[in-house]
Amino acid sequence: MAHARITSIDATDAAQAPGVVGVFTLADVGLPAVPGIILLNQDVKRAPLADDVVRFVGEPIVAIVTEERYQGEDAAELVFVDYEPLPVVVDPEQALKDEVVLHEVAGTNVVMRLGEPPDEHLFDGCDVVVTERIVNQRIGIAPLEVRSAAAAWDGERLTVWQATQMPQASRDAFQAMLGLEPGQVHLIAPDVGGGFGAKTGVSGEELVMAWLARHLDRPMRWLENRTENMLAMGHGRAQIQRVTIGGTRDGQLQAYRLEIIADSGAYAGFGGMLAFMTRMMAPGVYAIPKVESTSVSVVTNTTPTVAYRGAGRPEAAAAIERAIDLYAAEIGVDPVEVRRKNLVANDAFPYTNAAGTTYDSGDYQRALDLVVEAADYQALRAEQQRRRASNDVHQLGIGVAVYVEVTGGPYAGNEVAKIEITPDGGAKVYTGTSPHGQGHVTAWSMLASEELGIPMDRIEVIHGDTDLVPVGGGTAGSRSLQLGGAAVHQASLELVELARKRAAEELEANPDDIVLDKIDGRFHVAGTPAVGKTWAELAIVEPMTVESTFQAASSTFPFGAHIAVVDVDTETGKVTVERLIAVDDAGRILNPLIVEGQRHGGLAQGIAQALCEEIVYDEDGNLLTSNLADFTFISAAELPSFELVPMETPTTANPLGAKGIGESGTIGATPAVQNAVVDALSHLGIRHIDMPTTPQRVWGAIQGAVR
Amino acid sequence: MNVSVNVNGQQREDDVEPRLLLVHYLRDVLGLTGTNVGCDTSSCGACSVHLDGEAVKSCTVLAVMADGRSVTTIEGLAPSADEMHPMQRAFQENHGLQCGFCTPGMVMAATSLLREIPDPTEQQVREGLEGNLCRCTGYHNIVQAVLAAAKSGGAQ
Amino acid sequence: MIPAPFEYVRATSIDEALGALAEHGDEAKLIAGGHSLLPLMKLRLATPSVLIDIGRIAELSYIREEGDEIRVGGLTRHHDVEHSPVLRAGCGLLSHVAGFVGDPQVRHRGTIGGSLAHGDPASDLPAAVVALGGSLVLRGPGGDRVVAAGDFFEGFLETALAPDEILAEVRVPKTPGAAWSYQKFVKRAQDWAIVGAAVVRNGHTGVALVNMGSTPIRATAVEAALASGASAAEAAAHADEGTSPSSDLNASEDYRRHLAHVLVRRGLEEAGA
Repeated sequence: MAHARITSIDATDAAQAPGVVGVFTLADVGLPAVPGIILLNQDVKRAPLADDVVRFVGEPIVAIVTEERYQGEDAAELVFVDYEPLPVVVDPEQALKDEVVLHEVAGTNVVMRLGEPPDEHLFDGCDVVVTERIVNQRIGIAPLEVRSAAAAWDGERLTVWQATQMPQASRDAFQAMLGLEPGQVHLIAPDVGGGFGAKTGVSGEELVMAWLARHLDRPMRWLENRTENMLAMGHGRAQIQRVTIGGTRDGQLQAYRLEIIADSGAYAGFGGMLAFMTRMMAPGVYAIPKVESTSVSVVTNTTPTVAYRGAGRPEAAAAIERAIDLYAAEIGVDPVEVRRKNLVANDAFPYTNAAGTTYDSGDYQRALDLVVEAADYQALRAEQQRRRASNDVHQLGIGVAVYVEVTGGPYAGNEVAKIEITPDGGAKVYTGTSPHGQGHVTAWSMLASEELGIPMDRIEVIHGDTDLVPVGGGTAGSRSLQLGGAAVHQASLELVELARKRAAEELEANPDDIVLDKIDGRFHVAGTPAVGKTWAELAIVEPMTVESTFQAASSTFPFGAHIAVVDVDTETGKVTVERLIAVDDAGRILNPLIVEGQRHGGLAQGIAQALCEEIVYDEDGNLLTSNLADFTFISAAELPSFELVPMETPTTANPLGAKGIGESGTIGATPAVQNAVVDALSHLGIRHIDMPTTPQRVWGAIQGAVR
Repeated sequence: MNVSVNVNGQQREDDVEPRLLLVHYLRDVLGLTGTNVGCDTSSCGACSVHLDGEAVKSCTVLAVMADGRSVTTIEGLAPSADEMHPMQRAFQENHGLQCGFCTPGMVMAATSLLREIPDPTEQQVREGLEGNLCRCTGYHNIVQAVLAAAKSGGAQ
Repeated sequence: MIPAPFEYVRATSIDEALGALAEHGDEAKLIAGGHSLLPLMKLRLATPSVLIDIGRIAELSYIREEGDEIRVGGLTRHHDVEHSPVLRAGCGLLSHVAGFVGDPQVRHRGTIGGSLAHGDPASDLPAAVVALGGSLVLRGPGGDRVVAAGDFFEGFLETALAPDEILAEVRVPKTPGAAWSYQKFVKRAQDWAIVGAAVVRNGHTGVALVNMGSTPIRATAVEAALASGASAAEAAAHADEGTSPSSDLNASEDYRRHLAHVLVRRGLEEAGA
């Protein structure tokens, strides 16, 4: 049931089932509300198990503890819940009307409102004004590994293993919500099979499991299945947008308005907050004189929304890039040319956009030039023309997107690194980041090795265990290299200084005369290489450890330009992505292989949103796409190999000159593909097609145009 | 029920429930946790192992069905503890994995693919891996790894 | 994610299998590759209390020529059907379609008999067998009976196979000179067909549709149009006659009807019509 009052829970049969240790409801555990990463609205709290009202299908109601997993599935069938159905509201626009209110205390479904009342003169003086309703659809996040956690209580401390991207924050949350003292929770993030923003915070399921470990005094574990993951981990995106864009007839933008209705799902967590990020980045890469945006986040009887790769910024890019194309189509100017005319100029950085966000560095013109050249844009347009002239069943679409996004933000962040020289002259690097596929062990070893002169294979990188790394911000929002890597770099430099001073003492020389030979890992007096001290020799005297917090000067703004080339089968509406050419600039590249991998992964997810993935509910709030057969998670067969063009525009926000690459691919690829599909059919008068551009939707647009 | 399965070259005898899925037999009874479960609709392929040398989805095979047969998991693919299988090496060299969760299934499926199509085109690799889902890599480097492995003994 | 408990019986011969079926009645289901049944059982949409595993009955896995037919044992795996030189030469449509079932891992386990007996109109092989005008040998306690493919599929997941029978053999015409095509329309490679069209031309033309109703549907109106001299496009205009496609997550009824027209036309063109 998507919305119902629970009138009774009968678990007597379940309690007797084989292997059942206990059956627990909210009343049995008495735990406080679960805030997730943030509690967006004080009046909309979420209990770890359903209180007297369930508000979405998949909301956990009862916890059944069994000796073995299979027994739990059997026992679950024996729990009988009686419901008094309540009216269901699944559509955010409907929810806005407050006819069906999900949270009595709040009295309204609106959980956050941002922005000023619209200026009715915003578009005065514009030759051309175009407006469109755009759906940035709800998406399944679907990391290959679902959520899982385990806990064990030893009488004094609780050890929790959690598949998380933020171990230290989780430790704090478990401590607070279980009423434990600081230091009583030891949280370990083991290898985590993908997160993409969703494995952050502590869920009700995990909290209850941890509570049970103490209450039953038995080690516990919880592993959801994929259907539970699709229902209850959280969904991404889910904004309904109205874009209005105005400018001159020859392509000069004058004004832009973005109005957002953000679907928070059944509760008010991080997902409902993301419109804040969207508004920050609303104008994108364009120097638009007048920009306005508003957002209203509403609850609906659906799975709560959470951060998903890009977290608010893909929504901004998708909106402005569609708006640019709509404007370009209206004035009959090539979409690349319109963009060129309006990009923020290179000499404008640091540039504060009309939403008040200051971009650190950028060269949008060059990104666009590079991608246009790599794609051989003119040849593509010629091929498109040829197919149009011969009425080819297979039409070619070319879609462009130029994007900018914010990483390591929204405000300047910091991260901790500790480096310890081991007695054998190796190093242990403790980092507050929490990699789950991003290659930090390699990357931080590289950074430390470069400054310390210790070979990479003698450097160990430690992360994810809060007893070993008590302070850290985890890995999300593409923060890790620019904050965590910068911290490792900074700590390395400080350690070299410490070692230099110690070497000076031991060599009875002036510290300023001591140099580090990085090839041999040896400190010696400049000019007298024969007499020196290795790291091991220095460490034997007394352990050498430096702990350093790096504070960034600002968040950073990676950017890029993507071109998607699609084939549209006009008889069936089927879209094939033939090419994706990407320029992604995240500042100075430390490890090209890792950066390419992040770009590939982001591109695939970005393409998937434009092409085929969506979360679908029926009007009763049942999730129709609750497994990987019905949710069309993109496979290798739908994707091309990507064409990556390198570009590096450093930032001054950190000494590495690095921005975050993790989410960039996703942000540019979605509008590039969507624009390409519309472009393929623009000769039929089609101006917009919502995502995902499924065959039926595309075919429907063609039918509509022909009529 | 008793099952007798040759797993990674070792004969195993165990008493299992008929409904025990092969993937859970491998993970929970034998402790071979390299094989992963990623879905509940036989869609993702993270559970792929070799049954008598051919890739199958071990979440859709009952342990009892493997009785008297041989199973190779990712743990049993490498020729020795010191030497990776050419497919594993190709994945490593081509950065064909990030979080690594889909990887055992990918490697097992790809190895089986090369045994049947020793010199595949890129398209054949992509179609051959349509039953293996990955969220991290965008498949680009996985495809590169399989094509590289095709030239370096990856079908073994 | 975990099936409900059941008893498991392994049959090492057809007689054993038939005996077990007789003994357990409708509490029991046969299982071979398990790739139709186990997914349903894992979601607890099917809860047989006895599974009779016939997957090891070697005598039911074969592909052989017999006069003007090719006979395929019910337990022949999709992989083997796909790669069979006998079928590739003599009934190319069947081996081609087998290569579209699921993905490579599925094809290493799933069997042609299992797929046909499951009776899902969205499966690939049922339509192929119907288009080919094949027949199925159903073996029960009283012996064998042969049912034409067109009569075998009775409804959604319902076939003429009695609860005490095994689908022992699939027979298709041996037609080395035939032209054929299989048009499978999907959003994503591993998916079930949103709509599919199987076409074979060997003198006369057989056309059957996937996922246009509760069973695979012979496009008789298309075949009749062709027989009276219509072009591929003209004949394909009849593709959705006699069908009852559903509207679901993947497609509306109207869109399915439209796809049927397009896929049948393309199938006919590819098969040289």
